[in-house]
Amino acid sequence: MPQYAAIIYSKDVDWTLPEYATDMKEYNEFGQAAATVIRGGAALYQTSTATTVRVQGGKGGDVIATDGPYAETKEALTGFYLLECADLDEAIKLAAQIPGAWSGAVEVRPVIDFGG
Amino acid sequence: MTDSAARAALVRLVRDEGRRVLATLARVTGDLPLAEDAVQDAAVRALETWPRDGVPAEPRAWLTLTARRRAIDILRREAARAGKEAESVTEPDDVAPPPETVRDDLLRLVFTCCHPALAVETQVALALRTLCGLSVAEVGAALLVPEATMAKRLTRARQKITKAAIPYTVPADHDLPDRLRGVLAVVYLLFTTGYAPTGAARPELVDEAVRLTRLLRELMPGEPSVLGLLALELLQDSRRAARHDADGTPVLLPDQDRGRWRRDLVEEGVVLVGEGLRRTPDRPDPYVVQAAIAACHALAPTWADTDWAAVVSWYDVLLTVADTPVARLNRAVAVGELAGPAAGLAAVDAVDDLAGYPLWHAARAELLARLHRFDAADVAYAAALAIPQDDAQLTHLRRRRARLADRTRT
Repeated sequence: MPQYAAIIYSKDVDWTLPEYATDMKEYNEFGQAAATVIRGGAALYQTSTATTVRVQGGKGGDVIATDGPYAETKEALTGFYLLECADLDEAIKLAAQIPGAWSGAVEVRPVIDFGG
Repeated sequence: MTDSAARAALVRLVRDEGRRVLATLARVTGDLPLAEDAVQDAAVRALETWPRDGVPAEPRAWLTLTARRRAIDILRREAARAGKEAESVTEPDDVAPPPETVRDDLLRLVFTCCHPALAVETQVALALRTLCGLSVAEVGAALLVPEATMAKRLTRARQKITKAAIPYTVPADHDLPDRLRGVLAVVYLLFTTGYAPTGAARPELVDEAVRLTRLLRELMPGEPSVLGLLALELLQDSRRAARHDADGTPVLLPDQDRGRWRRDLVEEGVVLVGEGLRRTPDRPDPYVVQAAIAACHALAPTWADTDWAAVVSWYDVLLTVADTPVARLNRAVAVGELAGPAAGLAAVDAVDDLAGYPLWHAARAELLARLHRFDAADVAYAAALAIPQDDAQLTHLRRRRARLADRTRT
């Protein structure tokens, strides 16, 4: 069965704060409802904690680490799930149940199967 | 039959049968791109050998066998390259699957090509390539996109279908109405792209759209929106020969020579409208209602003798299920015919949101001219012409503006 990364773009906040308890409860509910198809995933701290790393001049070059996310956008990459589904229709149905899709957006991308 | 007519008939046969073979092979292999390559090869071979050896007694069985062998070859070659065992493809068993199976396979193909996870322009291209069986070059030519660009777009689409596992299924009942709406929107977009109300018509696109709609009707008999779409297309297309004069200049509905309309298409369309209306007594279907409006025009002996009260009523019905600014504009134009230009102008002016739509300004110009407000009419034409639009429509509007100037002088 194909696997999909469901990449969540939503408000850029610290989800561990008590004021987001309702959101966390909703995510927990999704996690339980979709437990049989969730193969992995993580929630991320807000983009103000991000560091973006580039190596100038290719491999072995100078490491440039800059403060902040890869791209500054209104909605930020805040987490992802790895979902195993029969097909894209099923993946889309599940993505629609992820709380992040209700106010932000969830990008569904097929995961490469390298075999073996 | 002339050689070219015989050739065209052969191409048509290969396309029609090839589509059915493709639909079944895609299910059997679970791999639409693979099936497409295999059927494409089989079609090329058919067009090479049939003219020489004669058309086989069962063209579909011939194509099926040839395409399946080709699919197995491709899989073996790919497996050998990857150093893997070839995945087993069922050896040809049911070379002639029963009609219900072919029907379901074709429906699956339709819903895969018109999947909402694909961009609309990609769905249109796939419809032409996969459902109508045009070559990549033909699809590019039909949609005015360079062949290389079209090839890239179709390759990306095929990759997405495979990698993202866009399902090869007919949607479940609760999703079907939505998905069918999407399919019909793609087919109608194909039709309108070719029909080009005021631009340069591309009849080959219109023909493909009508063929595709007829196929949908075969696959989903009794589905009101399909009946409505087919009726709408046939009624509009019945005017094909009258829509342009000898120089290729567009001729609008009021000025068309109705003797050149195809009565057979009108009759077929009107019957379909009736059937569509009988099947939607409670909730009108937007395509059926639009077809009913087209039928009012098709059945009128002249523009002046059109049953405008009926036209306005149908627009009122249409607005209850599909309220769009363009539908409101068309209703307003009909009001102008029913109740006079002053009422029409008031109705057109009451339509919001169309200041960026050239034909809204053109409709105002026409009504203003009829009220002998020629200066205001000219200003309205100027506003219509100031909006970016395709050249054919610009030429058309310039001509109408020039005619207005002639009227002012006389």
